[in-house]
Amino acid sequence: MTASGYAAHLAQLNVATLRFSLDDPRMTPFVDMLDTVNAAADDAPGFVWRLVEQGAADATALRPAGEDVIVNLTVWETREALWDFTYRSEHLDVMRRRREWFQRHAQAHLVLWWIPAGHLPTAGEALARLADLRAHGPSARAFTFASSYSAAEADLGPGPALETATGEPSPA
Amino acid sequence: MDDIDAIAALQDPVRRRLYEYVAAQGREVGRNEAAEATGVARTLAAHHLDRLAEAGLLDTGSRRLTGRSGPGAGRPAKVYTRARGERLVSLPARDYRTAAELLAEAAEQAGLDAGLCAAARRRGEVLRGSAAPCRGLDEAMELLAARGYEPHLEAAGDAGDAAAGVAAAGAAAPVVRMRNCPFHAVAERFPPLVCGMNLALLEGLLGAGGPVRARMDARPGECCVVLELSKDNDD
Repeated sequence: MTASGYAAHLAQLNVATLRFSLDDPRMTPFVDMLDTVNAAADDAPGFVWRLVEQGAADATALRPAGEDVIVNLTVWETREALWDFTYRSEHLDVMRRRREWFQRHAQAHLVLWWIPAGHLPTAGEALARLADLRAHGPSARAFTFASSYSAAEADLGPGPALETATGEPSPA
Repeated sequence: MDDIDAIAALQDPVRRRLYEYVAAQGREVGRNEAAEATGVARTLAAHHLDRLAEAGLLDTGSRRLTGRSGPGAGRPAKVYTRARGERLVSLPARDYRTAAELLAEAAEQAGLDAGLCAAARRRGEVLRGSAAPCRGLDEAMELLAARGYEPHLEAAGDAGDAAAGVAAAGAAAPVVRMRNCPFHAVAERFPPLVCGMNLALLEGLLGAGGPVRARMDARPGECCVVLELSKDNDD
């Protein structure tokens, strides 16, 4: 059983290229905000899961996209839940100061895609979606906030998980 | 209904008072409350509230009055909230929104956050003019109201304590929140860029070195900035 009742969940990956290493004093304000912002994510309505390194509080030491690139991989019940967390929580203040800590990306640095509820995406799978977005532009397979697709468009029906795919309920 | 017709519905002074009252509450308002607050008879208030709803300026709903249930509780009461849609008339026709979106898109792609914030802070300082830095939250609320932010005072911490009157000094410092984001359409499309711009504008408007501090504390459906008395000057 999925706790959320949604058949499809929204996966999110964003990558950020560090301007300085995380132990550089210029990164201290960012590092100091990590625990607060991650706690806000964990408590946010519609939050499902986020990638963390085994035995660590976050994923900043995992570097699947390059030595100086940190990744943030999360799963949400809906696009609205993710949007509200990203831009209407403590997280917005991190976004506001992004230029102090991260290099500007010429290419897309955030990708969204639908997954079956209960599936936990791997970093490899997430980076493949980002590569898809960068190569082909937004599609139902890989998209952005500005160009969203529905779960139905990704062939992952929009309805609650209660409506199973096993056909009509048998008559009483 | 066209924007110009909707706005024309506010020509009537009673209707305008009712609209402004409902908009300022930030919650559902019933007919009795609106009538009492604006000093008109209930039937007249009901008539004008419904005209405002027809014009698309208010949304309506129904709600059972609390504390009453079962037979005799009566019908649910009709309640009103401000409609979310924007109404705009410009004569001659102007389209600053498209210009703002294009400029924001270019600034976002070029990573011009710092330059935009510097310009916004300078603009805030120009708007303040020769006035001294803002001296307190009351003055700050006047400044914000004049610029369309719809400020309101909120006791910090948990609302449950407020009723009990436990105002332990310093423990529950009030903050000013704003119901309206004057840059809503572009802020929704480019939040970090435009919300950062807005914070810098407000910092310039309030002035540096005074007791009032602006900081980000984003919530769904409101402006992302709150104002509070800075702890350094707390006396």
